[in-house]
Formats: sequence, structure tokens, C-alpha cells
Amino acid sequence: MHDHTIAGLAAALERGECSSVELTRAALERIGQAADLNAFITVTPESALAEAEAADAARARGEAGPLTGIPIAHKDIFCTDGVRTSCGSRMLENFVPPYDAFVVEQLRAAGAVSVGKTNMDEFAMGSSNETSYFGAVKTPWDRQAVPGGSSGGSAAAVAAGLVPAATGTDTGGSIRQPAALTGISGLKPTYGRVSRYGIVAFASSLDQAGPMASSAEDLAILLEGMAGFDRRDSTCVDRPVPDYRAQMVGTDLRGLRVGLPREFIEAEGVDAEVSSGIAAAAQALRDAGAEVREISLPNAGMAVPVYYVIAPAEASSNLSRFDGVRYGHRCDAPADLEDLYKRSRGEGFGEEVKRRIMVGTYALSAGYYDAYYHKAQQVRRLVQQDFARAFESVDVIAGPTAPSTAFPLGEKADDPVQMYLSDIFTIAVNLAGLPALSVPAGFGGGRPIGLQLIGNHFDEGRLLGAAHGYQQVTDWHRQRPVVEE
Amino acid sequence: MQFEAVIGLELHAQLATRTKIFSGAPTAYGAEANRQASAIDLGMPGMLPVLNEQAVHYAIRLGLALDAEVAGRSVFARKNYFYPDLPKGYQISQYELPVVGTGHLDIELDDGTRKRIGVTRAHLEEDAGKSLHEGFARMTGIDLNRAGTPLLEIVSEPELRSAREAVAYMKKMHSLVRYLRICDGNMQEGSFRCDANVSVRPVGETRFGTRAELKNLNSFRFVERAINFEIERQIELIEEGGEVIQETRLFDPDRGETRSMRGKEQAHDYRYFPDPDLLPLEITPALINAVRDELPELPDAKSERFQRDYGLSAYDAGVLTGSRELADYFEAVVAAAGDAKLSANWVMGELSGALNKAGLEITQSPIDAATLAGLLLRIRDETISGKIAKEVFEAIWDGEGDADAVINARGLRQVTDNTAIEAMVEEAIAANPEQLEQYRAGKTKLMGFFVGQVMKASGGKANPQQVNEILKRRLDG
Repeated sequence: MHDHTIAGLAAALERGECSSVELTRAALERIGQAADLNAFITVTPESALAEAEAADAARARGEAGPLTGIPIAHKDIFCTDGVRTSCGSRMLENFVPPYDAFVVEQLRAAGAVSVGKTNMDEFAMGSSNETSYFGAVKTPWDRQAVPGGSSGGSAAAVAAGLVPAATGTDTGGSIRQPAALTGISGLKPTYGRVSRYGIVAFASSLDQAGPMASSAEDLAILLEGMAGFDRRDSTCVDRPVPDYRAQMVGTDLRGLRVGLPREFIEAEGVDAEVSSGIAAAAQALRDAGAEVREISLPNAGMAVPVYYVIAPAEASSNLSRFDGVRYGHRCDAPADLEDLYKRSRGEGFGEEVKRRIMVGTYALSAGYYDAYYHKAQQVRRLVQQDFARAFESVDVIAGPTAPSTAFPLGEKADDPVQMYLSDIFTIAVNLAGLPALSVPAGFGGGRPIGLQLIGNHFDEGRLLGAAHGYQQVTDWHRQRPVVEE
Repeated sequence: MQFEAVIGLELHAQLATRTKIFSGAPTAYGAEANRQASAIDLGMPGMLPVLNEQAVHYAIRLGLALDAEVAGRSVFARKNYFYPDLPKGYQISQYELPVVGTGHLDIELDDGTRKRIGVTRAHLEEDAGKSLHEGFARMTGIDLNRAGTPLLEIVSEPELRSAREAVAYMKKMHSLVRYLRICDGNMQEGSFRCDANVSVRPVGETRFGTRAELKNLNSFRFVERAINFEIERQIELIEEGGEVIQETRLFDPDRGETRSMRGKEQAHDYRYFPDPDLLPLEITPALINAVRDELPELPDAKSERFQRDYGLSAYDAGVLTGSRELADYFEAVVAAAGDAKLSANWVMGELSGALNKAGLEITQSPIDAATLAGLLLRIRDETISGKIAKEVFEAIWDGEGDADAVINARGLRQVTDNTAIEAMVEEAIAANPEQLEQYRAGKTKLMGFFVGQVMKASGGKANPQQVNEILKRRLDG
């Protein structure tokens, strides 16, 4: 079953070839077998099987939709009613929310079966899944290499076929970069497309939830399940959710205007094999009838520094609520209030989280605000304008998702700047609030390469159609790692 | 050296919305601790604020009433600081772009003149919870029922020059927010709070002195006492060669003094930045117009109308328009009784006195406007005298029925029959020959004595004017 897509499994369920309970048992079994990947923080077999039974019953009543009975996993950043939500942190090691995130509600309502919560970089801060309090995740392609991050657990789980799909969040590339490194498909929707309600906040103006799966078609099915207006998130946009999957039927790439940003192609520090992989992907798009042309995003180089002011600034404020007073980690026997704060936060947060809180606090401080935060917001607008201008002449923008393939565990763990550069191609998209996805586009040294496609605001339909069209003429997305059983 | 005080007030009006400013939890006061705090109010992970539209409408009301600019676009900002009763580690407030811009409020000074006080701004923000220091051994309790209650912080220009002016301004604003029905004004429950920025400078100096911020001023009396104390303290300090330092000072009502709470060196860096969870607040001209259409007549306009239409003095009009409810009551009395002066005297006199004594608000008055008007009509048609009317008023207050019922039951109808009054006059003269002799010898002051005798004989019911006329004729004749 593990090589099946959601679309394939739904068809098998519909034909009665298997039941949701069988699929769920198989998923739980594979999760157990692949425990060394460390992809999951929490597995919920009992509730999963109960949900699977309910899904089978719904199907028997003729009430099945495209996600009914499909086992999925949620990144441990999504609050789940009654199930521990750790956000990869000691701070929330024992936190059990009394509510579901909107995304969890939606997918539950659509009949998907949640088998558990996937590992992640602590508070989604990381690009290798090594900052997790629950230990690093390994990519199923190479047990010595990282799966990317921060949605590394979801990426590894899908890549290893433990579940056909999983949810992720993407603040600076946290869905796309691990999708690229593990050879799966991952979509960050337009900011405002999916409600942030119930997602532990990292950087509120950048955070966006999205699907991770093994094909663009599956992303379409999942996005339709996750999207929708939610008045509990004021930044969520009230806009109808189109039938993304129907839109991609019969898509071909003829006439699609694809822009290749010079700044992405010529960027320094990009692995040669990634560059040649993306060149081949561009050729494949051309061969399928797309008009591929070079474009310019002159301010793209500013994206990383801008991001590393804005994201930590927002994070420093968002993470203030973890103070040991109401929930989360609390130090033993605090002497006084000051001690309670210092030790609870000192013990509860890991190094990378502390680093970003420090940076963000500094950037917002009196006397520095104008030079850092305010300036960063101004440059952010320039980055947005670059894209707006580009979309006047192209339909989608293509380029590498990440500058390298999966790197060895520990390689960048002690060098935050090198780690931050993993997101050099993904970050600008978050700053501009655009939708973007990563799809597999070949291999370098046996490790997957990701092709990033960026769309205009709320143009997920066309974006998914382009990715689907690409997957019609390539089979990189069908390549699977060998997972020892 | 002569000094003058420079005072600016920051008033916090709790908005009378049913639910909190960013959550659906109720705002009612006095519930069991933490029973009115939702996951949003508790700052739980993943919870997001959703702005209460009613709070925005209330802010617009105040803006219009202060003749202020209502911002077409304003921005919520996070004010970051750690405190146990601040669940998110930041307060959602407004910083650079408040919903209400510059406006003004006119106050009445002691000498009867008016002074215009500038209002710098008013902004929306959420309240924090409460730390409870009693009843928890070596620990602090946290009650988050108040967390997320909507507040409008109204900041004045530093244009107040005495504690009296500050109190007049605060009272006027207090009356205004109640007129607008945007705040219940209950100061005991903390619905209307005040911080005062106080500095002093030599008369003639245009620069400001260093200011102290006074907190814990939860009554008009405390505001006056605290400011007066602080002015004295600063003047003494300067005269002794010292220097005022910028700091926050807490008023201690038991000792009548202000004490340093934290100095500038301990001042917070609040790291304000726009809240990314909330979109900028857009207010359309259409919404402003809709709110304007629903505005009640404001106190100053009402007072002017009372002077113009009812011929009341500025003072009387001011008192009667002190609250919307009192003004409504007065107008209902006038409408039924038809004599504005008489109505004003009774509402401000007997009625207000009785209400004060009983500790009741006008809305709780046991005598409604129609009943009081019924009493005044009996004065006007001379069924009873003003003096008897006071007795009737008391009986009505005590629940003996309306004016007519009391007059009939107690037989208080005024005696206006000349023959009957003449007989009583004859009796009084006959019974007091000595006084008559003295009167006729020139001690005309004794007129009052004879009036008293006749009124006494009539049980107070004789028409005093007739008694006077008849007596005068008989005594002088």
C-alpha cells in the first residue's frame, strides 16, 4: 500500500479492495518498523483505528469523500484535541490542547484518519530537523542525512511510505525544503488560504499550513480538504475554495509562461547537480510546450536577511506566552517570579529557539526598531513588488527549491548561517505571501532534487496544474527510497 | 518663586461590550475566578485574536463626541512585557496609529468660565488579568476573567493646571462615556480608571518640568488628593534644591501620599510592533456616519438647549444634564407638569436630596417622573401649598400613593374659602390682645406671629397669600 497515492488508495477503498482499518493497520505497522527514522513524536493507534472504523462505516453508508479513510499524519505544531502537541520542544513536552487546529478539524471532517504527530524542528525553527527536543529525523534515502526541516518528520514519513500524506507548515520553506530533500511533493499555499487557528505560532505574518504528499494531484486533494474560510483567524481570506483537482484534469503545459529568475539560477553556493537538475527540469517543461524565459527578481538576495529580522521579531513575541505560569514546562521550586521565568524558559527552550528570541528581541528594541524591523518591512515590500512585476509576464516562476540535496546529519548544526542559507530560494515566497510548491526533479548523488514552482496570489489551481503537467511527463515523483522492513 | 502645575490624564474606560475585545468570553464583572476566560484570553498556543466590532463602534462614538478625527486606518500593536497576569506576554494595544486622533473636551471651571482641554488620542486595547496576593500562602493567584476586556485609553494634552481642573475634566469625561452608553463608569469595579502625569514649573516657563506618573487613583477624591500632594512634593523638592525624577508613583489613600513604584532606569522597553495576527482596522466614512446617526444628544448641547428652551440658569442646566438619565427624567416632568423652573427646583431639590440620602440613582427613584409631575400640578392649581407639597412628597416616597391620593387621604387640600379664613383670623386676633396692641403700637414684625397662628389653626392648609391679605387688612384697619 505504501506506494499508493491518496488518489490510488481512495479508488481501492471505493472498489472495496481494502478497508480503511486495513490501511490504518498497515500504516501503524510501517511506522513501528521505521522507528529509526524518528519521524513521529506521538503515534495514536487507538484513535486512528476508531477513526478508520468510522470511515469504513461512512463509506458503507455511501458518505465517502476523496479523503475518507486515508491515513495521514499531522506535524506536531497543529493542536490536536486530547493529543499531546509538543511543537518539538521540551517546553510543550506534556502539553495536551483541549482543541483541534482548523486544519485538523477540516481533515477530520473530510474523513481522513490521523495516525499521529510528526517530528519537527523545535517551534519550526530549523532546516534540518536537528533542533527537535525529540531528536533528529533521518531521511529514508540515507540514514546519515537530514530530511530537511522544519516539517522533516512529515517529509520523512511520506517519503518512506509510512503514510500517503501529512500536513506541514511553512514559514520560510519548512514544507518545500524538506519535500525537496526527501523527494516528495509539498505545497505552501497563499498566505490566508488556510486558517492558522490552532497552529502554534512561529512568525504570524509568514506561517502557512500546507500539504505534503507524493504527487501534485494528492496536494490538490489535500488542499481542498484544508482550505476554507475561518473567522477565528483574522488573516484568513474569505474566498471560495475551487475544485483544484478538477482544474488539473487534462492540464497540459502548452502555452504556460514559466519564468526562471536569473538570481536563482546564478546564485552562489548552489550544488552543480542541483543546477543541472533544474536545467533539465526547465528543458522538460519546454519540451512539454511551456514558454520558459529568464526573468529577474532583483531584490531576491535581500530575502534571507529580511526574513531573519522579521521572523525572529515575531517569534520573540509569540513565544513570550511560554512563561511557566499557565501551561508548558515549569522549573522546579522557583525562588521568585524572575527565577520562574528564567529557569522555565531557559530549560524549556533549545539553543536555536533561544538564539532567535534574542535576535528578535534585539531587532524590536528601542533605538534599533527603525534600523532593523522597520527597514526589513520596507525591503519586504520591495521583494513583493519584484514578484508582482514578474507575474505581469509569467504564470509561474520556476527554480531550485534548495541549494543542495540532503546534507549529512550534524554538518550544519553548529553553523546557523549556513543552515539559514538552506532556505535561500524559499524565503522570498513567504515574505511575499505567495503560493509555491516543490516537486521531485531528479537526483544528485542518489539524493532527491526539488523543483520549486511559485504562483501568483490564490493561483494554486494553475500552480498545481503546472506541477501535475510536469509530473505527467516525468516520473521522479514515483521514485522511492528502499526502506528496510 | 511661583509655580504652576502641568497635568495630563490617561483615562481608561472599560467598554460596555457583552464580550471581550478579542474573544467571545463574557465581560460581566464578579464571576468566579477564571470562569470567564476562554482559550484566547488564556493565551493558549495557536489561539488568535478576532476583533469585537462593537468595541470599534464605541470608540467611534467617543471620537465623534470629542469632535476628534476617527482614523480611516488604525493599527493594533503588541506591547511586550512579562507579567503573570498578562497571558500572552504582550498586550494588544494601539501605538503609532490610534483609532481616535486629536479632539477636545470643554470643562467648567470654578469661576464659571469654560476651558477647552485637548485630547491627544484615544486607542483601543485589551485589559490584563488580576494578580491576587491575598489568600495564597507565599504564592500569587491569577484571575484572568478581566483579561481581554476592551479598554479605551483616552489621553489628554498636558493642559490641566490644577487638581480641580483635572477632576473637572475627569468628571466630564466620565459623564460623557456614560451618556454615550459605552462605559458603565463604575469606578469601584475599575470600569473607569485614571493615571495622572504631573509636573511643575515656574510660572512663565514654557518648557515642561520632569513628570511623575501617578497610579492607583480610583476615585475622583483620590485624583484630587494625589495630584495636590504630588504638586506640593515636587515644589518642595525643587525649592530645597532637589530635582524631580521621572518615575511611576503609587497613591496610598490611607496615608494620603504618593510613593515611588519604579524609576526610569527600570522602565520597560515594550518593543511595540504591529500585531501580525490582526489586519489594520479600516473604518469607512459610511460606518462613521452610521454611528453618528445613532449618537445621543451630548451633554453640552443638551445643557444649552435646557437654558434656551426652559429658561434655566447655566448652573441648573449643568446639574440636570449631568447624566442622561437625570436629564430624561427632568424632561418627562416638565412635559407633564408644564413649569420648567418648578420642575427643575423639585428635581434638583427634594428629589435629588431624597435620592442622595437613600443612596439611589435616578433610575432607581421610587417616584417616577409622571408621579412627581402630578404633585407639581397640584401646586400649580393651588390645591396645596409648596410647604404642604413637601409633606405630600414624603408620603409619596413612602409609598402612600400618588399626590391626589395622599392629599385626599390626609385631607391636605388648601383652604381658600375667604369666610373660613376670616373666621380663623378673627379668632387669632381675639386670642392675642397683647400682641395686637404691640402691633398697632408699631411692632409690625408681629405680622409673622399672627400668620403663624392662623396657619397653625388651619393645620397648615390655609392659602398663605389669602391669610396675609386678610390679616393685614384687619390688623391695619
